[in-house]
Amino acid sequence: MNEAQHDVLIIGAGGAGLRAAMAVVEANPDLSIGLVSKVYPMRSHTVAAEGGMAAVIKDNDAREHHIYDTISGSDWLADQDAVEMFVDEAPRELIQLEHWGCPWSREDSGHVAVRPFGGMQIERTWYAADKTGFHVLHALFQTSLQFSQITRYDEFFATSLLTADGRCQGCVALELRTGELHVMRANAVIICTGGFGRIFPFTTNGSIKTGDGLALAYRAGVALKDMEFVQYHPTGLPGTGILITEASRGEGGILLNNEGRRYLQDYDLGEPLDVHDPRHPQNRAMELGPRDRLSQAFMHEQAAGRTFDGEYGDYVQLDVRHLGEDRIDTRIPFVRELASNYAGIDPVVEPIPVRPVVHYTMGGIDTDVHGAATLPGLYAAGECACVSINGANRLGSNSLTELVVFGARAGRHAAAAVAGQQLSDGPEIDRQVAAERDRIAELRARPAGGERIAVIRDDLNTAMEAGAGIFRDEASLSACCATLRELEERVDRMSLDDTSPVYNTELISALEIDGMVDISRALAHAALDRTESRGSHQRTDYAARDDAHYLKHSMAYRTDGDPRIEYKDVVITRWPPADRVYGSSAGKDGK
Amino acid sequence: MSDTTVQLEVFRYRPDNGGPTYQSYEVPYHDDWVVLDALNYVKNYIDGSLSFRWSCRMGVCGSCGMQVNGEPSLTCAAFLRDHMPGPIRVEPLVNFPVERDLVVDINGFMEKLDHVKPYLVREDDDGDLSAEYVQTPTQLDRYKQFSMCINCMLCYAACPVIGRVDDFIGPAALALAQRYNLDSRDQGKQMRQDVIFQNEGIWECTFVGECSEVCPKHVDPAGAIQQAKLEGAFDYYKRLLTPWARRS
Repeated sequence: MNEAQHDVLIIGAGGAGLRAAMAVVEANPDLSIGLVSKVYPMRSHTVAAEGGMAAVIKDNDAREHHIYDTISGSDWLADQDAVEMFVDEAPRELIQLEHWGCPWSREDSGHVAVRPFGGMQIERTWYAADKTGFHVLHALFQTSLQFSQITRYDEFFATSLLTADGRCQGCVALELRTGELHVMRANAVIICTGGFGRIFPFTTNGSIKTGDGLALAYRAGVALKDMEFVQYHPTGLPGTGILITEASRGEGGILLNNEGRRYLQDYDLGEPLDVHDPRHPQNRAMELGPRDRLSQAFMHEQAAGRTFDGEYGDYVQLDVRHLGEDRIDTRIPFVRELASNYAGIDPVVEPIPVRPVVHYTMGGIDTDVHGAATLPGLYAAGECACVSINGANRLGSNSLTELVVFGARAGRHAAAAVAGQQLSDGPEIDRQVAAERDRIAELRARPAGGERIAVIRDDLNTAMEAGAGIFRDEASLSACCATLRELEERVDRMSLDDTSPVYNTELISALEIDGMVDISRALAHAALDRTESRGSHQRTDYAARDDAHYLKHSMAYRTDGDPRIEYKDVVITRWPPADRVYGSSAGKDGK
Repeated sequence: MSDTTVQLEVFRYRPDNGGPTYQSYEVPYHDDWVVLDALNYVKNYIDGSLSFRWSCRMGVCGSCGMQVNGEPSLTCAAFLRDHMPGPIRVEPLVNFPVERDLVVDINGFMEKLDHVKPYLVREDDDGDLSAEYVQTPTQLDRYKQFSMCINCMLCYAACPVIGRVDDFIGPAALALAQRYNLDSRDQGKQMRQDVIFQNEGIWECTFVGECSEVCPKHVDPAGAIQQAKLEGAFDYYKRLLTPWARRS
């Protein structure tokens, strides 16, 4: 068996993992870091983020506004102490990215420019045209190359965590190139593997976003928090699910139904202004309302027959024509590129067909504000983690900021925590390594002709969309839970076509789907148990928010049977629960 | 849905089991399917042993570069409709060692990226994060195009020099060096030039521009190389021949 040892092991090399790695170096340059990733770092899905990254930097903005926008956006399910830290540390982290070469779009003065985004009172989104995630990821990756303390394990898939003496002490990882298992030991492990949008059929997420890190932690006994909250982005291309960034609306794009009406005015999101009115677009109103409310409005329009009929389902129109070609090419060039390539539409002359699409998973590995999980030695940061600053609905452009703020926090905390720690030797670790070796050997040795991985994945996708989509009720969720139980059994019967040890991507898919079914069960059960509607979790049978019972995080624990759901109080500091008010009637900070 | 199908001829290679060979698969044809969709259909429903890389399927992660009918292409952006009636031949990117099927070894490429020191170098960096470095839109425009590279490596597959001079740093890495050299916030140009002008390949590059032609992001690496040579060579040789003129 191959063995490696580091002080800190990071699983996942996207925005959060790379930032965490450099934070460890900053905190203690004598520490050695192992950076494990199932893809080369620049392939990580951070690359696909488009619109931008929120931080208070302009004189017309204030920390209170960013905090309030985040908390009200979360439908009061965010922990307010975490949000305050997040908002306070965001500007410094974004300036750090600037100092690391991120090509932020600029004002004429040479200072960083900001644009409005949904659910914000004041424009505060930093952006690099509409390829912000791409530039952030490449800047982080390229900067990381100068640190010899970081050893990369590219195209290594972590299959399980190792624990001994009550602490997380590493992981087992499969090297794609050789098919060999590696025992990777460390006194701290930071999981930064991203979200799990791929459990749904129609998603902006790349194929790699299968929630592997959540499954690792869940199986090690750590709770998955707030799993029932899944964000549908209101504007994806039908068919492919490719994201058309919210920046298109931040720049002034409008949404139209099949009657040509800006239908959002019918959903408590304010009054439309003419697109040529200098006050358009209005912050926190109409097209700049929060994502959950916009996606829900689409569903109502669809039910009323006011959407367009398309080959890939119903859609509405996103119209940016009035921005003109110059502005489109400067501010949202990627929108034009994507719409032209994948929908055959030139947004300069035609409206873009769009519909809601699974985009972001608010839930994840339960952590505190340092990124620490309840299992000592284990940390998580980024979309795979749930601190939570996102609560029931994430505010647009907070996710990239979350990667660097909490990636850095986790890295710093882990660097301090490993001082003086010794790795445990002995049978406890050996037993786990042997069990993992046997599990993978058994999977590979299954006779051909079993269940096909892709068919299980298709059925999982169908079950999640039907049972736990934008609108849910007891019947749909119960059916979903039952289907997932069957899928868990079918996973045990799947088999591989591929017998090669070298670059066996089918084996990786098998390990992924195994974890996906597991975490989907946590989601469905948490959704079934939450008998209220809040943010992205909309129960048609319990339409109101119920603060008396559910101003709480759900905590899903793995058991031999159904997941066990417990609850933990939300941290409220200075912003007591209130109505979410959008549109012109909204005062500053809800006052 | 359509009843039409299209034939894929896919390069297969397993280092532990002989090869290489070509395998034919018949897949459904859809007007809006890209080659990557067809490969995924094969993997999902016909033959799970076919190996290839992909993730974002929106032309930004850079994973899915392959030869499609002999042309280096991002398979997520290569539409079946442009290659009908087929058959469509899919092979691994040329100029790279093949690991397995359509997967190539990119470690050499990763080392070349590392080689050009692709990060901001600041002599005055004291860790002060109270304010951003000022950079005007005009200064940003000088290097912006060269910052758009997604590391898909199509330019290495297209490059006639890479085929002959193995250790040529290559188009993407040189464009990346130029991206930092032209950044008004950077002070590491001299260091990078020492690296790139010691590399033999750059003198073999004749600016035929195949690299820029295949680039899906219009980075124009050939332009970057030309600029680098014009700006840098004189300066580099002056320092080489007159060492006393070197800074520090």
